Amino acid sequence: MNATRAVRWFFRSTSALVLAFMYAPLFVVIALSFNGSSALTWPPRDLTLKWWGKAIHNEGARDALMNSLKVAAGATVVALVLGSMASMAVHRFRFFGRDTVSLLIVLPIALPGIVTGIALNAAFTSAGIEFGLLTLIIAHATFCIVVMYNNTLARLRRLSPNLEEASADLGGDAFQTFRYVTFPLMRSALLAGGLLAFGLSFDEIVVTTFTASPGLETLPLWIFNNLSRGDQQPIVTVVASTVMLLSVIPVWLAQRLTGEPGAVTGGTR
Amino acid sequence: MSTSTHTVLPAPSHGAGRRLSRWLHTKPRARLVALIGAPAAWLLVMYIGSLVALFLNSVYRLKEDGSGIDKTFSLDNYHELFTTQVYRDVALRTIGIAVAVTVIDIVLALPIAFFIAKIASPRWRTILVAAVLVPLWASYLVKAFAWRAMVASPGGVLDTTFGFSPGYGVTALIVVLAYLWLPFMVVPVYAGLERLPNSLLEASSDLGATFAHTFRRVVLPVIVPSLVAGSVFTFSLTLGDYIAVSLVGGSTQMIGSIVYQNHASNLPLAAAYALVPVVVMVLYLLGIRRTGALEQL
Repeated sequence: MNATRAVRWFFRSTSALVLAFMYAPLFVVIALSFNGSSALTWPPRDLTLKWWGKAIHNEGARDALMNSLKVAAGATVVALVLGSMASMAVHRFRFFGRDTVSLLIVLPIALPGIVTGIALNAAFTSAGIEFGLLTLIIAHATFCIVVMYNNTLARLRRLSPNLEEASADLGGDAFQTFRYVTFPLMRSALLAGGLLAFGLSFDEIVVTTFTASPGLETLPLWIFNNLSRGDQQPIVTVVASTVMLLSVIPVWLAQRLTGEPGAVTGGTR
Repeated sequence: MSTSTHTVLPAPSHGAGRRLSRWLHTKPRARLVALIGAPAAWLLVMYIGSLVALFLNSVYRLKEDGSGIDKTFSLDNYHELFTTQVYRDVALRTIGIAVAVTVIDIVLALPIAFFIAKIASPRWRTILVAAVLVPLWASYLVKAFAWRAMVASPGGVLDTTFGFSPGYGVTALIVVLAYLWLPFMVVPVYAGLERLPNSLLEASSDLGATFAHTFRRVVLPVIVPSLVAGSVFTFSLTLGDYIAVSLVGGSTQMIGSIVYQNHASNLPLAAAYALVPVVVMVLYLLGIRRTGALEQL
C-alpha cells in the first residue's frame, strides 16, 4: 500500500508499544518465579530455582492438573461432535430457525461467564445432579461448542460442493462420502478447533467456580485458591509461568493447521 | 490430502448403512434433523434450560429465617434491586466501565491490527499474529494476578520503575480489563482488515486521498462489523467480571462481584441481578444482528 514513511513509522511504533503492553505483565510473572524472597517484591532479588523445584513436587497442583486435563478432554470431545454437526447443518441447509440456531450456539460465550455459571449451578441444583467432574464437563462443553462450530463452518465454506457431488455421482453413499471425502478435508479444522476448545476449557475459571464440587480443583481453581495464601504465591508464579509457556504450543499448532487466525476467536475465558 | 498413494475405496456396501443412506437421500428433512437434533437439544436443555432455572430462582425469595428458598412467585428481588441505590449505581458503573474498556480496546487494536494486516511483511505477519494470540491463551487468572503485582502502590512494578502507579481502584481496573480483553478485539479487527482488498486502499490513494482520509472513508466503514464483534466480547466479559475487580479494583464493586458475593447466601437475589447483564447483552446482540457482526464472533 502507498503509505508514507511517516504513516509506516507511526504504525510500527504504536504496534511495538501495544505489544510491550501485552507482554510486560507476562514477563513480570516469569521474573517473579525466580524471586529469592517469598514475597512478591519488585525487582526480584537473589535469583533462585527453589520454587520451580517445590512446584514440581506440589501434589495439589498435580491433582489439579490431572482434573483440568480430564475436564478439557471430555468437554472437547462433546464439543467436537456437537459443534461440527451443527456447522454441517447450518452450512448445508436453509431452514426455519437457522439464525436462531447460530445465536443459540454463540450465546454461551456472548453472555458473561458468571451468568452461564450461576444458571448451570441453579439448574444442576434443581435437577438434583451432584457436582463433580461430570458437571464440569457438561458446563465446559456448552461454551466450547461455539469454537468447534466456528472452525468447522469456516472450513466448510471454503470447500467446493462439487467434491461431495462427485462422490455421490460415483456411487458413494452419504456415509462413504463423509468418511472418504468430507472428513479428510475437514480434519485439520477439526484438530485446530479441538485444540482451541481444549485450551479454552483448560483456562476457564468463572463457570468452573460455579459448577465444581467443593473439594474438586482444576488448575485455574488451584491457582485462584492459592493466590490468597502468601506462602504459596511463589509456587503459583511457577505454575502460572509453565501454563503460559505451554500455551504457545496450541496457538502455534492451530495457526499452522488452519492458516486462519480469525478462527481462533470465539473464546472467552 | 496431497498424498500420492491411491486410496482404494471399498465396493459400495449393500447393508443397512446403504439403505439408511438411500432413505436419507430422499428425505432432506431427516438429514437435517439428524445433524441439528443433538446440538440443538444439548443447547436447549443445558443452556436455555439453565437460563430458565436462573430466571425461576429470580422470582423466588429467601425464607425470612434464611433457612432456604421459598418457591412462591414474588417480585421482591426486582423491587429491591430497582429501589436500592447501591444496586443501581453498581449496574450503571459496570456499564460505564464496559464502555470505557471497549473504547480503549478499539483505540489500541486498530493500529496494531492494521499494521499486521496491511504494512508488515508476510513473514512478520505470521510472527505478529502468533504474538497477539499467545497472551489470549495465557491464563486469565495469571494475567490479572500479574497486574496486581504491577499496579501495587507502593512497591509495585510500575511504582518502582516509573515512580507512578494508579494503585488499586477504578483506574487500575479499567486498564486491567482493557488489557485482559485486548486480544478479543485485535483478532476480529485483524481478520476484517485481511478481507479488505489492498486494491481498495491503492485506488483511494491513487485518487489523491491522504492516508488519514483513506483510513476514515475506506478502512473504518469496512471493519465496523469486526469492531462490533470485538465489542461483544469486551462488553460481555466486563459485565460478568468479578475476579479482576477483587484483585485490582480496590473497594470497587461491579455487577459480577455482587452476584458472586450473594450466590451462596441469597441465590434468588443473585439470580435477579445476574439477569441485568443478560438483558444488556441480549439487547446488544439484537441491535447488532443486522451489522453482520455475529458471523465474526
